[in-house]
Amino acid sequence: MGVIGRPRRRTDGRAKVTGQTKFADDIMLPRTVHCRLLRSPHPHAKIISIDTSRAAAHPGVLLVLTGKEFPIPYGVLPVSHDEHALCNDKVRHVGDPVAAVIARTETIAGDAIKLIDVVYEPLKTIATPEESLATAEPRIHEYGDDGNIHKAVAMQFGDVDAAIAGADHVFDDIFFFEGNTHLPLEQHATVALKDPEGKLLVYSSTQTPHYLHRALAKTLSIPAAHIRVIATPNGGGFGGKSDPFNHEIVVAKAALMLDRPVKIALNREEVFYCHRGRHPVQMRFRAGVNNDGTFTGLDLQTLLDGGAYGSYGVASTFYTGALQTVTYEIPTYRFRGCRVFTNKPACGPKRGHGTPQARFGQEVQIDKIAEKLNLDPADMRLKIVAPPNSLTANFMKIGTIGLAECVRKVVERSDWKNKHRKLPYGHGVGIACSSYLSGAGLPINWNDLPHSGVQLKLDRSGGVTAFCGATEIGQGSDDVLVACVAEVLGLETYDIRAVTGDTDLTPVDLGSYSSRVTLMMGNAAIQAAERARELLAEGVSAKLNIPKDRLVFADKRVFDSQDPNNGCTFQEAIVFAEAKFGTLGTTGSYTPPRPPAKYKGGGVGPTPTYSYTAAIVEVEVDPETGWLTVPKVWIGHDIGRALNPTLVRGQVEGSVYMGLGEALMEESAFRRLPARLSNALVHKFPSILEYKSPTSLDMPEIFTDLIEHPDPAGPFGAKEVGQGPLLPIMPAICNAVYDAVSVRVDEIPCTPEKILKALQDKAAGKPARHGPKSFPDIKWPETLHVTPPWEGGDGRASNEPERKKRTAEAGIEVKAGITIARDNA
Amino acid sequence: MMRLPAFTYRAPRTVGDAVLWLAESPTDTMLVAGGTDLLPNMKRRQQTPKTVIGLKGIAELTGIRASGHLSIGAGTTLTALVNSADVRSRCLGLWQSAAQIATPHLRNMGTLGGNLCLDTRCTYYDQTEEWREAIGYCMKKDGTTCWVATSSKRCLAVSSTDTAPMLLALGATVTLVSAKGTREVAVADLYNNDGMQYLTRRADELLTSIDIPDQTGWASTYWKLRRRGSFDFPVGAAAIALKRDAGGRVELARVVLGAVASQPMPSPKAEAILVGQVLSDDVIAAAAEAAYDVAKPMDNTDFELVWRKKMVRTLVTNALRELRGDDMRAVRMSLAKQVL
Repeated sequence: MGVIGRPRRRTDGRAKVTGQTKFADDIMLPRTVHCRLLRSPHPHAKIISIDTSRAAAHPGVLLVLTGKEFPIPYGVLPVSHDEHALCNDKVRHVGDPVAAVIARTETIAGDAIKLIDVVYEPLKTIATPEESLATAEPRIHEYGDDGNIHKAVAMQFGDVDAAIAGADHVFDDIFFFEGNTHLPLEQHATVALKDPEGKLLVYSSTQTPHYLHRALAKTLSIPAAHIRVIATPNGGGFGGKSDPFNHEIVVAKAALMLDRPVKIALNREEVFYCHRGRHPVQMRFRAGVNNDGTFTGLDLQTLLDGGAYGSYGVASTFYTGALQTVTYEIPTYRFRGCRVFTNKPACGPKRGHGTPQARFGQEVQIDKIAEKLNLDPADMRLKIVAPPNSLTANFMKIGTIGLAECVRKVVERSDWKNKHRKLPYGHGVGIACSSYLSGAGLPINWNDLPHSGVQLKLDRSGGVTAFCGATEIGQGSDDVLVACVAEVLGLETYDIRAVTGDTDLTPVDLGSYSSRVTLMMGNAAIQAAERARELLAEGVSAKLNIPKDRLVFADKRVFDSQDPNNGCTFQEAIVFAEAKFGTLGTTGSYTPPRPPAKYKGGGVGPTPTYSYTAAIVEVEVDPETGWLTVPKVWIGHDIGRALNPTLVRGQVEGSVYMGLGEALMEESAFRRLPARLSNALVHKFPSILEYKSPTSLDMPEIFTDLIEHPDPAGPFGAKEVGQGPLLPIMPAICNAVYDAVSVRVDEIPCTPEKILKALQDKAAGKPARHGPKSFPDIKWPETLHVTPPWEGGDGRASNEPERKKRTAEAGIEVKAGITIARDNA
Repeated sequence: MMRLPAFTYRAPRTVGDAVLWLAESPTDTMLVAGGTDLLPNMKRRQQTPKTVIGLKGIAELTGIRASGHLSIGAGTTLTALVNSADVRSRCLGLWQSAAQIATPHLRNMGTLGGNLCLDTRCTYYDQTEEWREAIGYCMKKDGTTCWVATSSKRCLAVSSTDTAPMLLALGATVTLVSAKGTREVAVADLYNNDGMQYLTRRADELLTSIDIPDQTGWASTYWKLRRRGSFDFPVGAAAIALKRDAGGRVELARVVLGAVASQPMPSPKAEAILVGQVLSDDVIAAAAEAAYDVAKPMDNTDFELVWRKKMVRTLVTNALRELRGDDMRAVRMSLAKQVL
């Protein structure tokens, strides 16, 4: 391999470090006008009237928009088209946008929104999941499973009750994972304009230009083919820019109305209102475990605080229960999950999407089990690691699994055996594992189309351009694209230009979320490159009279493997092939294999291959104060193959950083004022100063090991790395705290206050634990019964309700080569 | 991005011009040095002066002059303060407090005078105008209620300056200049325990310099509590200066707490406990307990207030142990995440 596996400077690195990368907010076009949004000061209220006349008359104001200009709802999931670009009849959280002003300058627009007079009629505020469950009316939305329950699901794989009852031990644990947010450094920004032909052109800091493209076509009622979305490089995404957003639609509409470029750049507080961050999740794990540490069954309940909109929430709900069985052998399993609406900014997909919360509960519970059974928690995990090339109880298909090697590696490197339960009081180590998807196996908009497409243009100058809809959000996707093509064609990455994230120029890639890009785009890129290599080989073979199967593409040459001097330059190869075939171009595409899970809900969790991670964290806890520091982290990640180890290590260390933030300090906390004085429900600190996220001084030493066993499903064997390594950090820290001072914090974040309370409780003879004491009563729907594969199940539920027949494919029609998105709410 | 409101900007070159212009309309004029406090506050419309007088062009406000005492121009940047060998060798506590302010970027802009006059902070107040509208505003700006304690008659915003408690412990004075004249004020008298009227500086006065008396025989230290190793304002602090005889017996003591009230909070009781004693474990514990009693943290910044109050005991204990000569480097590193 010439390129793959070599640590390299990323292809977009130079532009970034020299300040040449153009982020959305860097785009300044002639005649640009500026947009500000007026946002609701109420957490839940009806809009009685909006008077925009004073704002419209303000000098410098060009346009004022309200919800009546945006009657068509949208949302990222077809089942949750519950948002309007500007609120129509009611507001659902503080920060919900109700009107927009477009003015000559941002300052004028900001002044003018204060001149808009809105009359609200406050409604009862629903602040917590408990209140949602107890409050059927008023409903935050007029859809959903019941009252303010957005989604409730129940499914069972085998006779879990009997299996748990028959186990040597039953463990019943309750956990809470507080919500938190992505905190990308770049705040969302969008510039929209009419292009010279009069068509809509939108530049936006989005992870998912394809979904924005669809949402614009739907809400503005314009054929998608007449809209061009360009995803600018994102200054961080982490899932926070994967929904289509109200501000994007507003400036698009305004640009069409004004025929001038319209720009919006959100401030930090507004980013907190876009949110789509980690759901707060309450969890109850009931596990049946035998004396040897093997599971007989697991019964999991989760309750998600969804905030005010659907977003990816239905998927998030399923994700809290999807990946338990792909990590460890769990022969029987029941999962029940419920997401409720509350009057807070919508939660959604943050790095790990729905899985970190339940991963935290599972990994801490395993630590408790190991202690009770007097097993080493690393050894116990090694014993129950899920087998490779297997089907789980819930029909998730596992390919390769390097988890055991990850565990062995971190155990060895950290000197675990001499540390765990052996360090002096106040010092501890903890271990946890995780798994994650390398891209979702099923698309959001159900269809049979590829998830990723790559086109190559080869031109007689010797240049190769790779086109793909994938979006560079800092994770290095442009580099992966050019690396895969370069490897196949025997070039260097510098020889290939990447054109990405542009709906006019690039074939669809579903976007930079779900850890899908390396695997899916990579496979598509390899296919396109192999097709190009085939054409070039034909050309060279005919011209130089070398049998095609003897041709080697390497070192920017094409030559005879039996006589390396006999060959031509890569550019000559293009010329030979172009002369033979005409203009050269190839395509590649990737569609994941159909997953074996056929039951309702089985579409969330499957992936072409799972990544695995193990982490050991060392902590120091001051027993007097609860003060907690993390000096060292050892982490092993099953990457399949590291396409560019520099980028992979960066992702692993970035995940450790983000995991530490979640574990130690980050929380989406809200203020509710005394009810007799105020209706307010506000984010406690929507600022980058007071929402605490670690600084570089808070970072531990990180020892990263990459476990490389190429997986046949991945490009050159690669798996994901963007999300999985985050997951074990939070539980490993809480497990290490227990090892240090023998108290459990069954809640994230794990703060000094909580540790100290648990220590004080322990000293007072109470349970040495801080965490939730009960899990709410939820009226679950009828449980779907799916027979596990080893009992002869076929992946369907025996009591599957009749599914609505899908008319064509939801949300997309293909007519004469033009893709038209239509209302699929 | 957030935009500043409109204002008139005036840039004097001398202290004389500055105070003359300030006297024209003191109540709706504000002074800006580094801008790291005022400008974000103005963007959030917490402060909306009609006129802003910029002090960066006044050369006489900067510089550190060391003779027996130490005289520091109010416009001296925190970075310059941290880089000063005189400051570090003569009053280590001041150096430690300055080195822990905000971030390197902010210290490059922020000044010592600015840090002394830093607006009191509160999570109900340090918010955008839109956020404050959503809670019906608060007593400190545009509202009537103090949401920290709704029955409170006064604003409970927290004093968040790192240098003030330390300068108070060092017995420093400041010079206040107005068109009417000049006065020297002890740092101890510069503050009120009121989140709104937290300074005794009159609106027409400019704080020009800080004077620290000769520290011969004194030792000082500053222990700061915050969640992260950088960036954060203090949520608790112990600033202690001791004068001891050759036998280690305390002759004079100043114990001042930061970020547990609307002003730097001295603990005369703790000082009384220390004077005449050597720093035994018992004496340290008694002093820490006395300081603990003085601390009144409120729910208006990071961390839970009960825990913050407890941490005062720890901070004072750590500070006194360090002054005693105990090796506190590991504890320091654990809390501060930097060598101090």
